[in-house]
Amino acid sequence: MSRLAGALPIRFGAGWNRLLSLITLLALWQAAATLVADPGLLPSPFATFRAGYAELMRGELLFHVGITLARVAVAFALAMLIGSAIGIVLGRSPVLDQIFSGWLVIGLNLPALVTMVLCYVWFGLTEVAAILAVTINKVPTVAAIVREGTRALDRPLFEMTQVFGVKPIRVLTRVILPQLAPSLMAAARAGLALTWKIVLVVELLGRPNGVGFQIRTFFNYFDIASILAYSLAFIAAVIAIEAFVLQPLDRRLGRWRRA
Amino acid sequence: MTGLVLSGVARDFAEPTPRHVLRGIDLSIAQGEFVSLVGPSGAGKTTLLRIIAGLDTHHTGSVTWQATRRPRFGIVFQEPRLVPWLTILDNLLLVSGPENAARARGLLAEVELAGSEDALPGQLSGGMQRRAALARALLVEPDVLLPDEPLISLDTALAERMRRLLNTYWRDHRTTTLLVTHNLSEAAELSTRILILSPGEGKLMADCALPPPDPRLRNDRAVSVVLEELRRVTHAWPPSDSPEKQDAPSALSHAAGRY
Repeated sequence: MSRLAGALPIRFGAGWNRLLSLITLLALWQAAATLVADPGLLPSPFATFRAGYAELMRGELLFHVGITLARVAVAFALAMLIGSAIGIVLGRSPVLDQIFSGWLVIGLNLPALVTMVLCYVWFGLTEVAAILAVTINKVPTVAAIVREGTRALDRPLFEMTQVFGVKPIRVLTRVILPQLAPSLMAAARAGLALTWKIVLVVELLGRPNGVGFQIRTFFNYFDIASILAYSLAFIAAVIAIEAFVLQPLDRRLGRWRRA
Repeated sequence: MTGLVLSGVARDFAEPTPRHVLRGIDLSIAQGEFVSLVGPSGAGKTTLLRIIAGLDTHHTGSVTWQATRRPRFGIVFQEPRLVPWLTILDNLLLVSGPENAARARGLLAEVELAGSEDALPGQLSGGMQRRAALARALLVEPDVLLPDEPLISLDTALAERMRRLLNTYWRDHRTTTLLVTHNLSEAAELSTRILILSPGEGKLMADCALPPPDPRLRNDRAVSVVLEELRRVTHAWPPSDSPEKQDAPSALSHAAGRY
């Protein structure tokens, strides 16, 4: 029996399994749309793709997705930079950690919506306010993860660099950052997912473009098909970043471990 | 006189049980001396080395380097302390700067690691890693060389070649050296002076000057003369037919018993 099962061609590769899973999801969507039978509430996959194609042809889709991705990129980079710096300092200095870890807890628990509203009130409905709001939301997460990584740094190696008087910049790039790579990757992953969700809300609240703004516009017209089309396009972009940027980076950084 | 001066150096450990590791060490090492610090495990040899290297600052008394500038230390820790994600060559260049690649390759050849420059430390045996660590210490052209049991896990033939390397290096550079070892014959072969830390007391039990070791290497008769001299100084050296096999721990515990 088991020999027979093994001989049957039912063993697909991982890629086929994923494709199959995607097709199942589309089928379920189609079934649900058929059941609801109201394109205004739940358009079919085909209607959604048609709406997306129309937006693409008008040049709107790529423009707004691009604007949003640019905001994500800037806020993400700023938050990684500031958050890592704070995390490294707090992880290395017990005194500073005692003083500021409370601030970090406040930052971690500050609702994203509050920062957005406050930033828009204080700095106006500007690009700077939008980026700032997203950055402030993400910095504590990055700082907390990097702080844990810094606490686990290899002390003997650090002593070695100390006795040999290795230049601080070289210690940072050759000894500290490679050890922090797993934490930084974890922070990047957690951060990216958080950032793009927040960016959409920031755009919805106070920007004249971007995916969030478009979703608000379509919401006003109850154009669910276009909302879904933009969501899918954006999800595809984020998955592409994960697959073509983060995962290769992760593999590269972890190469020495497999040696 | 220029050199290293320790006065009243003492160090207490609170963990696991409170004890005095070192008590009132007064010592001056002139520039160019090759000093071996001998004693059984737990006598405080490594602690003294760490205090001199500036890694242990929780001590009383003072350590001063009487020269115009801060000394450059070349340390060889008991564990190799190579950076696991840097190649052997990059590990050496980390402490010396990339401009010294040619010299680094030369030193790696001298410690018989030619061909392993691009290997990661994890791909080498423990003995090879220790030799790389020795090459790293020599590469910085230290004012004070601090090898902590550099030959301990090497096989007999290799340990012999490394002893010769240490001896040659010292003859060529007259680098002030403080070698920590528990092997008396190793100390006798290499040093111009032997210090013995008494077990349990944290004090220097013997301080014995020797003629320069140039012709002494691999000369069994000369080594036994040195051991004879040590026996005279400590008043209590156990007689032995083969001084080569004389290990400090057993010899010293014996000596301490008769003291």
